[in-house]
Amino acid sequence: MFKKIFFLLFVRPFVLLVCGVYVRNKEYLPLQGPCIIVANHNSHLDTLVLLSLFPLKIVNKVRPVAAVDYFMQNPWMRWFSQNCIGIIPLDRKPDKKNGHPLQKVYDALHNNEIVIIFPEGSRGEAEELQPFKNGISHLAKEFPHVPVVPVALHGAGKSLPKGEALFVPFVIDVLFGAPVFYDAEKKGDFSAYLQEQIKIQIQRALR
Amino acid sequence: MLEALFGLFSGKTGIFLGVIFALLSFASVAVHVILRHKSSKELKDRVNSWWIIVLAFVMGAMLNTTVAMFFFGLISYLALKEYFSLIPTRLTDRRIIFYAYIAIVFQYYFAAIEWYGMFIIWIPVFLFLFLPFRQVLIGDTQGFLENTSRVQWGLMMFVFGLSHLAYMITLTPVKESGAGGVEFVLYLIVLTQLNDVLQYLWGKSIGKRKIIPKVSPNKTVEGFVGAFATISLLAIAFSSLTPFTWYEALFAGMLISGAGFVGDVVISMVKRDIGVKDSGNLLPGHGGILDRIDSLTYTAPLFFHYLNYLYY
Repeated sequence: MFKKIFFLLFVRPFVLLVCGVYVRNKEYLPLQGPCIIVANHNSHLDTLVLLSLFPLKIVNKVRPVAAVDYFMQNPWMRWFSQNCIGIIPLDRKPDKKNGHPLQKVYDALHNNEIVIIFPEGSRGEAEELQPFKNGISHLAKEFPHVPVVPVALHGAGKSLPKGEALFVPFVIDVLFGAPVFYDAEKKGDFSAYLQEQIKIQIQRALR
Repeated sequence: MLEALFGLFSGKTGIFLGVIFALLSFASVAVHVILRHKSSKELKDRVNSWWIIVLAFVMGAMLNTTVAMFFFGLISYLALKEYFSLIPTRLTDRRIIFYAYIAIVFQYYFAAIEWYGMFIIWIPVFLFLFLPFRQVLIGDTQGFLENTSRVQWGLMMFVFGLSHLAYMITLTPVKESGAGGVEFVLYLIVLTQLNDVLQYLWGKSIGKRKIIPKVSPNKTVEGFVGAFATISLLAIAFSSLTPFTWYEALFAGMLISGAGFVGDVVISMVKRDIGVKDSGNLLPGHGGILDRIDSLTYTAPLFFHYLNYLYY
């Protein structure tokens, strides 16, 4: 409920008018779960931009995976992250006692939700692609029939880079790639394969 | 607001707008019905976008001077943002780009309160002197000259140049003719945009010789000359919207057609320099907003100063 109002009144006007997005290949935007969206990560804006592209009707079904240590660091952030963004909390330093670290992501996919993952693990330096972590491989292996949509984002890292409080508007490029499945890409490492896909797409987004 | 709408559609501006809507309807019928199998999706999109542009312009710029300030300010903002997103920038340039955005608010405020002296020097003098100083405080010397120049150039084109439309709309009616700001802006924008369309139509029908193949391969000598002649005649035909005598109107038409062409190819230079075809996808079939306002960056200040010289 909060999430829909928050997106209708604040996020969508902000992202679409103040920033502006240039979306290409929007036909690959998944409108039904289960689905995994994999994107590169440069800015807090990334999540808001991706979520704004979904129709309000299904925005509640789209869940970004986010780090517990950052997004749940105090009660305010916790309330905001859970109710206005709808994150799936992920422990970056998992404790074996709490079961499988990706269990909540599994639950979301079983629940036919659309999961957004940033396999770089953190925002990093502005507009620089860092090596992908391996979690995405494990996840795709567990769900070989769930499509994985690679998305390249460019420009958000200029608007609001890590460690900067000053927001400066730039148009944000979003380039969707065709969905891939774990089975089809057995040879080699799946997360390295996705990283290569997104790297190519970023080049294309830069034209 | 209804009253303003009624006022706009009666009298001289009403006839003029009627002609525009008739032309648009004809274009829609042509691409969607008569030539629906032959015309490309891009052409259809372009005609559809024209409807949105014309309606937004009438609602935004023609009804109320205060609303017009916000409307033209928004156009400057969108154009500047598109430009800054295209050009290469360093992370340290974020600071002066931020000030460039803030400058829009002041520029349009000076237009709104009709403080001409400040309006005309705010960007060419004050911002021009301030931005390098801000860069000095940041202290990133590598690429200082290129990046500061790029930002200043964008400000001149998309804020200083375009804001002349906003100042123009505040101009008081010239004695007997009764023609004032709203009529001038309508006259200028319609002729500038028609010039683009006519260059395209003349070029498509009889265009053979390329005029500047290195910059803009689709522009032809025939397109330019055809549009130049047609716009000169239309400028005289539409001169009831202005206080112009026939020869003043003829010169206005030649100025708008010639300068419009130059503005168009200057923005093409920018796009070729960066290596993109369209500047964005804000207006389906046209490209980005820069592709639509490119000619205006030249015609707006030149036509404004032509009026200013003749009557104010």
